[in-house]
Amino acid sequence: MLKTTRVFLPLLFGATLILAQAPQSPPPQAGRGGRGGGGGGFANAYPQHAAGDPAAIDRGKAIYGVQCAFCHGSDARGGEGGPNLLRSELVLNDQKGELIAPVVQNGRIDAGMPKFPLTNAQIEDIAAFVHSFRVGGYDISRNRPPTILVGDAKAGQSYFQQKCASCHSVTGDLKGIGLKFEDPKQLQNYFLIPGGGRGGFGGGAPSNIPPTTVTVTSASGQKLEGRLNRIDDFIVIFTQADGTQRSVRRDGDTPKIEIHDPLKPHKDLLPEYTDKNIHDLTAYLVTVK
Amino acid sequence: MTNWKALLLTATLATGIAAAQGMTQEQLLKPLGDDWPTYSGDYSGQRYSRLKQINQSNVKNLTLAWSTRFTAGAGNAGGGRGGRFGGGGVPTIVGGEGTGDAAGGGGVNIRASVLKVDGTLYFATPDNAWAVDARDGHELWHYFWKTKGGTHIGNRGLGMWGNWLYMETPDDYLVCLDAKTGKERWHVEIANFNQQYFSTMAPIVVGNHILVGTGDDLDEPGFLQSRDPETGALQWKWYTVPQQKGDPGLETWGDLDTARHGGGNVWIPGAYDPETHLYIFGTGNPSPAYTNPPGRNGDNLYTCSIVAVDVDTGKMKWYYQTSPHDTHDSDSTETPILVDGTFNGKPRKMVLHASRNGYYFTLDRLTGEHLVTGKYSDAVNWAKGLNANGQPERNPEKDSTVAGSLVSPNNGGATNWPPPAYSPDTGLFYVPSNDAYAMYYLTETDPRGAMGLGGKEEDGLVSLGSYLTAIDYKTGKVAWRHRYPGTSGNLANGILTTAGKLLFAGDIAGNLVAYDPANGRILWHTHLGNVSNAPETYVLDGHQYLLVAAGDALYSFTLY
Repeated sequence: MLKTTRVFLPLLFGATLILAQAPQSPPPQAGRGGRGGGGGGFANAYPQHAAGDPAAIDRGKAIYGVQCAFCHGSDARGGEGGPNLLRSELVLNDQKGELIAPVVQNGRIDAGMPKFPLTNAQIEDIAAFVHSFRVGGYDISRNRPPTILVGDAKAGQSYFQQKCASCHSVTGDLKGIGLKFEDPKQLQNYFLIPGGGRGGFGGGAPSNIPPTTVTVTSASGQKLEGRLNRIDDFIVIFTQADGTQRSVRRDGDTPKIEIHDPLKPHKDLLPEYTDKNIHDLTAYLVTVK
Repeated sequence: MTNWKALLLTATLATGIAAAQGMTQEQLLKPLGDDWPTYSGDYSGQRYSRLKQINQSNVKNLTLAWSTRFTAGAGNAGGGRGGRFGGGGVPTIVGGEGTGDAAGGGGVNIRASVLKVDGTLYFATPDNAWAVDARDGHELWHYFWKTKGGTHIGNRGLGMWGNWLYMETPDDYLVCLDAKTGKERWHVEIANFNQQYFSTMAPIVVGNHILVGTGDDLDEPGFLQSRDPETGALQWKWYTVPQQKGDPGLETWGDLDTARHGGGNVWIPGAYDPETHLYIFGTGNPSPAYTNPPGRNGDNLYTCSIVAVDVDTGKMKWYYQTSPHDTHDSDSTETPILVDGTFNGKPRKMVLHASRNGYYFTLDRLTGEHLVTGKYSDAVNWAKGLNANGQPERNPEKDSTVAGSLVSPNNGGATNWPPPAYSPDTGLFYVPSNDAYAMYYLTETDPRGAMGLGGKEEDGLVSLGSYLTAIDYKTGKVAWRHRYPGTSGNLANGILTTAGKLLFAGDIAGNLVAYDPANGRILWHTHLGNVSNAPETYVLDGHQYLLVAAGDALYSFTLY
């Protein structure tokens, strides 16, 4: 499962990167997020410094740790008073310390940076270390938060009784739901919109969502029914119980169309939920073994 | 002496005539009609054509005149392979500073506005530009730029001045092409590729200014710049975020270094007001987009704002921020529309704008004074309400959180880059909209925040529906909207209105549809599969045409 997830995520993010500014993808079915991602897509489209000599990087890391890390952070993303170096124009343009050296050796006194009596060779090593970090605007995280579980399981249980129990039961269809997801984030996304909101890490969602169906009533009162394949303002296409596909022309309100969306109760809750409701429900559902 | 003077005079006249043969400022100043010489058709951004040969009474007879598919890349370089789809085997002219490898041989998706000047169409996709005979759709030339890389998300089209065309490339060059031959005159670097800038905007030509914008998804500052049309030399550059001590707006940031890396990129064309010489456009999200390091404390000017800049001086005249301290990548770059109308019973010069954040605004375009705010998406929930100046007030609880925040819109936005439109016949502003939800999880808990768009995971949930939405600029309220059928939704593409009392737009199911702009009644449609830009219209040999792109093809419709 994990392996599948690893393969899947970059593909998904690749697709969603395009979606962010490009609404012309097919209508969303499920699991499309916005931009973001773990290093796929456009993050690869920009110049990254070639892998440096490991020995030089090690030497540079040691010098950086002593001379630079306090102000600029041990990861070069900024520290006590010193700016993030990774996104600095000068550092991004630098190849082997040739632009960094004058700044280090002369300081930037008005900006609060003293001079450092380092040799060009030492600065070349520092540059090799700083350039060893991958730079991009899409890095999802370096410090993965331990858990999303902050809710009150008891409050979640009472919310469940109130809003969910008319369709679902923790001893029936949801028996063991808390064991079916490796990451509570997936469980949370799953109950919000089953089949949607992929993300998180670990095992995938069990999915037995009934299909969306449509009832088409002609002007003469004849009824046709089936699984909805496609609908727009001009045509409705559906698969009937016997497996045959029907396409029916639409002219305004004729024929009459009723769509039965099994996810409607879930969708109706989206404008209603508070984030606390959601977190409480998650805290409760993970306890359902 | 006399001869020399005469010679000089002749030379001057010749230059004048040469320039007059191509695109002139007079032509660009005309209200949208026979030609389509700039991104929005004219400077107003209204996308309202005065043409009415095609109108409500005959639109049902609209028929396909031609369609042509286009192939990107260096394929035809050196007169190789002929075009399979009416390409006619025209040679591809190759330029560029890179190897072209990064772009690959990917499919063509035409999102650009297509220029129509005299009998020729000009358009672009990332790294590619074409000239096409408007009468039959055959390729006249194709230019291919070998890229160094960069975000190849789209190209919004070309700009034209005299006989020259201007194209931005994803690796940050402005390329000037000869409109007749497609041959390159020059190219200049407009942003630093090492800083991960990418350039998609359609250059906007105003007088002797070529206005260009760029994008960036790291933490680099946004800017609008003006370039000389003859040489590409920089005339001025206006940063959207403070760059040094004493710069206005710095008080709306926690510190200078964050402001200097504060984003606010300019990636969709704006509108131009010839009367005041103001170029009015929107700016993008602050950076980092989703995290809140102390350096971002404040409103983060001039990100997520509508800004008016004097094209002659490059100085800002006014601004209005539509998302103070944005935390959801809610660019306000969507093209603003300039309208002369009435407000509270009095004539008023206004600018209308629907933002990605789900709010609509009417402003006074001379001063930037706020007149109206409306919410055009029912689902939108990231704001607590409006402040005294009509600005949505961010609800910090709806920022990305470790445990997850349920937020609408999703990252795609309640709307996005697809061009909105306006019709003076109805007084309505039209915009595609989408009511989508996503869970926003904070993944970067380091108090220094993330870089760029990092630090969060957005898990898309579902759209409750998407619409063609008509807004009354006087009240900001939705006058009518057409919901696209189905259980879900997706943002549709851009819009055209005409004096024939028609509104043309692609729906989310691949249809090009004509609506009655007064009420959304459907009058005509055809199924193309994937309408990928905003429809346009123009006159050719006395006949009105409708032009639209669908993926790798252009479709031209007319009446017979």
